[in-house]
Amino acid sequence: MAFHYRALLGACAVAALCAPANAETITIATVNNGDMIRMQGLTDDFTAKTGHDVEWVTLEENVLRQRVTQDIATKGGQFDIMTIGMYETPIWGKQDWLVALDNLPDSYDTNDILPAMRGGLSVDGTLYAAPFYGESSMIMYRTDLMEKAGLEMPDAPTWEFVADAARKMTDKDNEIYGICLRGKAGWGENMAFLTAMSNSFGARWFDMDWKPQFDSPEWKQTIDFYLDLMNEAGPPGASTNGFNENLSLFQQGKCGMWIDATVAASFVTNPDESTVADKVGFALAPDNGLGKRSNWLWAWALAIPAGTQKQEAAMQFIEWATSEEYLDLVAEKEGWANVPPGTRTSLYENPEYAKVPFAKMTLDSINSADPTDPSVQEVPYVGVQFVAIPEFAGIATQTGQEFAAALAGQQTADEALSKAQTLTAEEMEAAGY
Amino acid sequence: MATQHSRSAARIMMAPAVILLLGWMLVPLTMTLYFSFKKYLPLRGGDLGWIGFDNYVRFVSSSAFWPSVQTTLVIVLGVLLITVVLGVLLALLLDQPMWGQGVVRILVIAPFFVMPTVSALVWKNMFMDPVNGLLAHLWKFFGAQPIEWLSNAPLISIILIVAWQWLPFATLILLTAIQSLDSEQLEAAEMDGAPPLSRFGYIILPHLARAITIVVLIQTIFLLAVFAEIFVTTQGSFGTRTLTYLIFQRVLESQNVGLGSAGGVYAIILANIVAIFLMRIVGKNLDA
Amino acid sequence: MARKVTTRRKTINTVFAWMIGLLIFFPILWTILTSFKTEAQAISDPPVFFFFDWTLENYAVVQERSDYMRFLWNSVILAGGSTVLGLIIAVPAAWSMAFVPSKRTKDILMWMLSTKMLPAVGVLYPIYLLFIKLGLLDTRIGLTIVLMLINLPIIVWMLYTYFKEIPGEILEAARMDGASLKEEILYILTPMAVPGIASTLLLNFILAWNEAFWTLNLTAAKAAPLTAFIASYSSPEGLFYAKLSAASTMAIAPILILGWFSQKQLVRGLTFGAVK
Repeated sequence: MAFHYRALLGACAVAALCAPANAETITIATVNNGDMIRMQGLTDDFTAKTGHDVEWVTLEENVLRQRVTQDIATKGGQFDIMTIGMYETPIWGKQDWLVALDNLPDSYDTNDILPAMRGGLSVDGTLYAAPFYGESSMIMYRTDLMEKAGLEMPDAPTWEFVADAARKMTDKDNEIYGICLRGKAGWGENMAFLTAMSNSFGARWFDMDWKPQFDSPEWKQTIDFYLDLMNEAGPPGASTNGFNENLSLFQQGKCGMWIDATVAASFVTNPDESTVADKVGFALAPDNGLGKRSNWLWAWALAIPAGTQKQEAAMQFIEWATSEEYLDLVAEKEGWANVPPGTRTSLYENPEYAKVPFAKMTLDSINSADPTDPSVQEVPYVGVQFVAIPEFAGIATQTGQEFAAALAGQQTADEALSKAQTLTAEEMEAAGY
Repeated sequence: MATQHSRSAARIMMAPAVILLLGWMLVPLTMTLYFSFKKYLPLRGGDLGWIGFDNYVRFVSSSAFWPSVQTTLVIVLGVLLITVVLGVLLALLLDQPMWGQGVVRILVIAPFFVMPTVSALVWKNMFMDPVNGLLAHLWKFFGAQPIEWLSNAPLISIILIVAWQWLPFATLILLTAIQSLDSEQLEAAEMDGAPPLSRFGYIILPHLARAITIVVLIQTIFLLAVFAEIFVTTQGSFGTRTLTYLIFQRVLESQNVGLGSAGGVYAIILANIVAIFLMRIVGKNLDA
Repeated sequence: MARKVTTRRKTINTVFAWMIGLLIFFPILWTILTSFKTEAQAISDPPVFFFFDWTLENYAVVQERSDYMRFLWNSVILAGGSTVLGLIIAVPAAWSMAFVPSKRTKDILMWMLSTKMLPAVGVLYPIYLLFIKLGLLDTRIGLTIVLMLINLPIIVWMLYTYFKEIPGEILEAARMDGASLKEEILYILTPMAVPGIASTLLLNFILAWNEAFWTLNLTAAKAAPLTAFIASYSSPEGLFYAKLSAASTMAIAPILILGWFSQKQLVRGLTFGAVK
């Protein structure tokens, strides 16, 4: 089977005009992020190469997650390819809900995928989803404001430095806020940030007996630090700011620093969208001298749900969209800065790409995150800014709401922590731990 | 008037509607009941066997349950209060002679045509955003500190959004009711020197009682199910988690279908308590 | 009202009513205005109202990204189909309830209304499984049926209240003249009921058009209506107010225009028996 379509692909590459007899229409569910929308725009190239058509279901992240989870859990078969993350992949892969991507052709060069990404998207060494773009998190800061504050950003700052700089950069009268961090409740929003941050403070979600750890001094320290910093140097309404809101604030020049996904780098340096494009510097996410930095690891990846009738066509699409050629295609049309980052080693070895200002920092950040050993202490789970168990999304969204409420000033850090502890314990008990 | 013949004809004519709705009620209800007695975790292998009333106990004893019932009632009552009071006032105003009445009416009913998702998105981003929202600009214009609507006044914000959508509906029904009021009766009262307020209290308001109960009944049905407005704006944080939203979190976010189904059964019970209560009142009014 | 009104009073009424009307309409107006701005103008401080460089760029971007016509067409079919189907089923039911009432009529009516209280999120899972079994996922027919069912109670009730207002004596008289049941419905009842049916139709079209839970959860690519279209524009990356406004305007414009053209009909008919 694999050989069959590989041959077909080869033939297509030779004869530009080829329409395979089995031309199909595949349905792909994806997120409305910039890179995916770009992919949607380039679909014609895929259709020209393979003859298959694509129907896109583009949804906002929360709606997408809800839709694909519902569909795969009930084996609804609505999608031939789903865009999922590093959290879902190992859980679904273990359930045999996804088609293993173990017989991709040599030309695809699976080994070229960054080891961190490959590891996070595999179960027992088998790849279940191909990364479309990968990210870690890092500091993006305004070089002009940093200079004005009389400071110089080191490549690998500590939390202490960041907090100090944030306070000095803040100028509320002119709507300049020293630091923008996620505050909007959600496991993929504030909890992704806070969990990664807590790692650098030595906290963890569960001890080795799966007991929730929100009552630990490390978590208290994390939350206190976060709340103090945001109250003094954060933007108003921070408790409803997620990635998109902060991006928009940063692009408008209202943030001194922003610690968030490395993919944001291409947006904040894009002069069409960003008013501060030429004044952005990058640094590794801060640490606390405990040996772990507060950066995460994430990939948006393409996976094929088991049971689809159009597996071959879907496999061809994944090959196309996550290949080196696709990166070249985007580079040719939109420039290297807009290539989906963080997936392939060869991209970072490309001298053209090395000229992109945030390339090296992105790679360093990705390489410094280890999902199998996320925190200072020993943990029973895998995942840097998440815990790869099915219950996590539900639990973390609810705990995230408690911390968002604390950020909004509706409760104290202690109240939020104790509620988080209670509800996590409740949910874990309901799940049978 | 009804003969035996027309009675059986009537039954046949009613049958499709009754049977369909019966199916629409019973099939999901039975399945929900079935799931509610099971440990059913799709992400952990699906059906893990019968567990009796565990889900029911767990759902009510969870720390989130009572606050969510309270939030539901606050939102429903808040929206009802606003729409009915403003609806009556607006209907009275629109009933007055003026220039361009038709256009004003169009302006007033427009929000009813806007889908909940869109209205929530527009309110959240373009009005309530504490930095770029129009309300923030307005506050700043008057030298005040902009309100962080969705985090510091979350329930009020949601009630405001929902009330904006339902005010036209209330106004329309109340307006038709006012227009049907016998104007001679009002004129007579005016001639007798009854002040406007007592004219309103003794003639208009009693006349509107029936319309108000209908507004309350229909809106309650829709308001108990408010979802999109919360999903888009706060995602249930800051104490805006209604019972509906809590069930959503159990079923879709935690993927605990058994627990969520038990929650669904509670929601049905709550809805029916409210419904029976309302229908007593409306039923009486319908007979009158 | 036949009372004489002073011009002064009329002027005050007019000014006051227009102010409130504009206030209520303002969010929609603002959305439409913003859709013609550039992203930078959309968030400019202070906000600009009319004096900006009007552009259609946002509409072009939205159209390029998603095939608006397909979503629109699905919305029309789903809303239209479910309304028509609902009327076909509801008219006879409401007719018989109004003209051949029994002791249980009111109970049946109230029971029907109570089925609307089933929380959609609670039954999503069962319905989804059922739809898989029946092969109805992402089909227009499946969604049309669901939309019809969730609005059926409202349709029946609304029609019932109209039919009840039709005096029974007219029917009696027709029957004396030897009119058959069919003729009775066709020639006597229908003309009298048309205004009521029309406003029922409108209300249901609006409700079905705006339904956002089932339409989002039971569709993928083929049957997705405008509610799904808008779900791909909420909170994308970067500045998005103008694009969001354009997408919003596109999603609500058809129903807004329809509503405005038919508002007389809707206003006249929307009583639910509130008027005696």
